[in-house]
Amino acid sequence: MKIRQLTVFVENKVGYISEITELFAKNNIDMKALSIADTKDFGILRLIVDDPEKALKILKDHGLLGTITEVIGVEIKNSAGELSKALALLAEKGVNVEYLYAFLSGTKESAFVVIKATDNLKAETVLKAAGFKEINGLS
Amino acid sequence: MEQYFQKDIETMPVEKIKELQSAKLVKQVKHVYENVPYYRELMDKKGVRPEDIHGIEDLHKLPFISKSDLRETYPYGMLAVPLSDCVRIHSTSGTTGKRVIAYYTQHDIDLWEDCCARAIVAAGGTKEDVLQVAYGYGLFTGGAGLHGGSHKVGCLTLPMSSGNTERQIQFMMDLKSTIICCTPSYAAYIGETLKEQGYKPEDNSLKSGIFGAEPWTEEMRRDIEKALGIKAYDIYGLTETSGPGVAFECKEQKGMHINEDHFIAEIIDPETGEVLPEGEKGELVFTSLDKEAFPLLRYRTRDICVLSREKCSCGRTFIRMAKPMGRSDDMLIIRGVNVFPSQIETVLLNEGYAPNYRIEVDRVNNTDTLDVYVELLPEQLSDTTEGIVKMEKALSAAITTMLGIRPAVHLVPPKTIVRSEGKAVRVVDKRKLHD
Repeated sequence: MKIRQLTVFVENKVGYISEITELFAKNNIDMKALSIADTKDFGILRLIVDDPEKALKILKDHGLLGTITEVIGVEIKNSAGELSKALALLAEKGVNVEYLYAFLSGTKESAFVVIKATDNLKAETVLKAAGFKEINGLS
Repeated sequence: MEQYFQKDIETMPVEKIKELQSAKLVKQVKHVYENVPYYRELMDKKGVRPEDIHGIEDLHKLPFISKSDLRETYPYGMLAVPLSDCVRIHSTSGTTGKRVIAYYTQHDIDLWEDCCARAIVAAGGTKEDVLQVAYGYGLFTGGAGLHGGSHKVGCLTLPMSSGNTERQIQFMMDLKSTIICCTPSYAAYIGETLKEQGYKPEDNSLKSGIFGAEPWTEEMRRDIEKALGIKAYDIYGLTETSGPGVAFECKEQKGMHINEDHFIAEIIDPETGEVLPEGEKGELVFTSLDKEAFPLLRYRTRDICVLSREKCSCGRTFIRMAKPMGRSDDMLIIRGVNVFPSQIETVLLNEGYAPNYRIEVDRVNNTDTLDVYVELLPEQLSDTTEGIVKMEKALSAAITTMLGIRPAVHLVPPKTIVRSEGKAVRVVDKRKLHD
């Protein structure tokens, strides 16, 4: 279930994220999902892209600060209560979720959820055991 | 075996040095009194005449010269020889006010270059070396001083001047430079650029570096030594006394030997002007014994440091000065606390950050604010905002322990703090705008 997330440090400045997306556009990096955590001064951009290593190198070459973070990707049914089931399960087993974000898959039937848990390995074990499927075909 | 540029002088017994200084001082005071009306007036006001000065024991009777005297007498006031006897000028950067112009006769330049040559030899330089001068050339004394010293030692001199880092690296690699001279912040920048270009510290031929012209810390020394694979030597000087080479480090790296045949160093209490005994911390004061054109007596440097006469294993007998804690010009008074940027730099390096920072001081609602911007290294990036905030808090706490006041720490992406190729501008004091 492990997937590689591109984490980017962004300054709270006009055009900063646009600079990043432009670089990706020019270099043919396809973004699948994006989420941002922000404070008054800076933000942390989290991205799922088709080639995280290449994307990281491009950022580095342009003086931007990024890293690769391991997260877990889970496919869930696109219907009411499905995410709740997964999260309840993690809570029950005492797994703390640091952050999560979701995006639609190519089909109407399922959605993808990216989870970063304090203990990723345990989260993965718990979800797998409950029959949740890993995400395929992202990169 | 230890090498010296002028062994007889550099290893002269202390008593002999003092005798030499006394004889030169008597002559120099007479020269200044007769030829510099401004200083003659200062002496007359204090009731001291050249006849009252019999040797170094009488030095304390002479009036001080401060930077404001030099500004007052700009541009010719301190000149002690006819302008036609001068062959060159150099000038300060003027960062702390009006520029100071220093004049040199050919004799002055010769002695200054000797001082720089002593520094180069102490850093292991011989005629076999390829010495890259990456100090600025021009009005700044750094380039000219080390350039002249390098010629005297007989090194192959690369007069690069500062800047154009790509070209610096190309020459360094192609001509196998063995010694580099520049400001410590530029040395750090070259090290960073080499790493970015994929070079390892052992890929260059450098063995030593001679760095000065701005305050730097022991931690920064270690970083530069690691990044370039060299031994880093400190050098000290100021335009007012000639330029770099007033004092230089030997392989011991425990303070800089002051060229006492040309300069007398004193440490005074900056408040009272009282001369302090050896080993006490205070303001460094220099008297030029041999300068013809611009001979400053008891010039107050604003540098805070300590002197030590302790015997040095290198065999040099010249007194040593500790690395200045910073110029009192650099000293910030924030919420009534004295803060030297070098203290903040020490904390950054101890906490594993790169020495790329900017300090901003402002006054909001009559209270001083201190903001420290620090570049994050790629391996330090966290994927949560809490992670970054936690690092900022930890760094703020470490700086608070050092300074006694709490700064707001802001971590920023790499390369967002302007790099310098000359002297680093690391402090922005916005309070001056409101005065």
